Amino acid sequence: MKVKQISIFIENKSGRLAEVTRLLGEKGVNIQALSLADTSDFGILRLLVDNTDVALETLKEGGFTVNKTEVVAVEVPDQPGGLCEILQVLDKTEVNVEYMYAFVARNVGNAVIIFRFDEIDSAIETLQKEGVNLLTREQLYGL
Amino acid sequence: MIWDDEFETMPRETLQSLQAKRLQQVAERVYALVPFYKQQFDKAGVKPEKIKSLDDLQRLPFTLKQDMRDNYPYGLFARPLDQIVRIHASSGTTGKPTVVGYTRRDIENWTELMARSFVAAGANRGDILHNAYGYGLFTGGLGAHYGAERIGASVIPMSGGNTKKQLMIMRDFGSTLLTCTPSYSLYLAEAAAEEGFDIRSFKLRIGILGAEPWSEKMRNEIEAKVGIKAVDIYGLSEILGPGVGIECIEAQSGLHIWEDHFIPEIIDPITGDLLPEGEQGELVITTITKEGIPLIRYRTRDITRIIAEPCICGRTHRRLERMCGRSDDMLIIRGVNVYPSQIESVLMNIDGVEPHYMLIVDREGTLDTLEVQVEVNEQTFSDEIKILQGLSRRIEKEIKDLLGISCRTRLVEPKTIARSEGKAQRVIDNRPK
Repeated sequence: MKVKQISIFIENKSGRLAEVTRLLGEKGVNIQALSLADTSDFGILRLLVDNTDVALETLKEGGFTVNKTEVVAVEVPDQPGGLCEILQVLDKTEVNVEYMYAFVARNVGNAVIIFRFDEIDSAIETLQKEGVNLLTREQLYGL
Repeated sequence: MIWDDEFETMPRETLQSLQAKRLQQVAERVYALVPFYKQQFDKAGVKPEKIKSLDDLQRLPFTLKQDMRDNYPYGLFARPLDQIVRIHASSGTTGKPTVVGYTRRDIENWTELMARSFVAAGANRGDILHNAYGYGLFTGGLGAHYGAERIGASVIPMSGGNTKKQLMIMRDFGSTLLTCTPSYSLYLAEAAAEEGFDIRSFKLRIGILGAEPWSEKMRNEIEAKVGIKAVDIYGLSEILGPGVGIECIEAQSGLHIWEDHFIPEIIDPITGDLLPEGEQGELVITTITKEGIPLIRYRTRDITRIIAEPCICGRTHRRLERMCGRSDDMLIIRGVNVYPSQIESVLMNIDGVEPHYMLIVDREGTLDTLEVQVEVNEQTFSDEIKILQGLSRRIEKEIKDLLGISCRTRLVEPKTIARSEGKAQRVIDNRPK
């Protein structure tokens, strides 16, 4: 139920984001979702890609600092109150959300929220117990 | 163990009166024998016979490295060449080298001071010395060689280079002492590991390391990786060569400077004013026994402070704190003296942080600003902003704690700060001149 995400350290200067996408494009890596967290000096680019290992290797060779983390992909009904239900489930537990971002996956049809938890295993357990639909890597990429 | 009990443990009062007597003699000697000093003394309006006590020393003018260059090669020698038995020279990375000459007695004194230094570092006659300091114009090799022979140790005159052979000799000959630069000792450990053996299984027990600045953290690393006690030695060719100061094995804290031969002072590198005992500043040394090329108030450009507290080893000679940098590198930021090496030591103490950094000094309005650029690597990187910001704040706090000035950390991508083999460019000063 865990999905691998890569994070890239990016300095706030022109052309760095373009460089990341250029490197991945050249290797045929497709970006499924992305989020950029930024401060005044630097940003952290988080990506879900179809080939994590190739992406990681390519970016390291390109001189970027990259790491791999595990996140949870949650399918959320595309209707008012959909996200609220899930957050209420999490609220009942001790699990903290470090960050989250959303996108709409064509092959899923619904909204997908990517969560990074401080304690991923107990988060998964809780969500599953409450009947929340967690997506596997295969479902996410429509494999 | 103490090599020369009489002099090394001389009561301070006796030592000081010996210094005063020798100071007076050297002032007279250089005035009579070295035209440069006659000129300098006259310009400062000081007659050598007026130099009677240690307090009079500060009336004498400084000698700079440039003065040695201006008098290249033999201009500052106080003896004719027929009395000079040895000539050494500094590397001279910029321009002409600085040249020094030794009389027979100078060589004898140097040998004795190196013998004292070896014994202070824990060496004795049963030791086998692997001397990897360079032999040649550089003073390191021969200086260590003569001193170790004097105490009766067996000296292997390896000199530098050919690391594989060094390791073979060191292992097969059962060397117990190592003299080289601190960085080379670590390199030897790595090279040994590459060859498939562990240098810690050798008989080495003490490393007497010097000729470049190093930190306490590096000492710990050397002691762990090379499996030795690592002792700091200080010297510079202008003054003598190695053996001006040495850490004793008992304390491993601060370098005893041999005060019966040298008078140390600490000055403010900008104003040239003498600083109170215990304050940090530029080390100035007067050689009071040298015959070949005595130097008056030579500005070493090394930054340290004098530790006057008595040492547990029983030696009465005061100690110099580990050299913290060169006055040439000093920055003044909001009135505070800052050495890039101090920032480096903060970064070195934070796990995972690269020792590559850049300091950007600028001015906003009337206020100086300092930005410390640090590379993010896989060890320090996190996908969470708060962890990276925590790292920045920790660096800022530790710099503030150490130096008392606020700075701003900027995390940058790996390998974006220029690497250099030699003297790295660490500072960009954008302040209007």
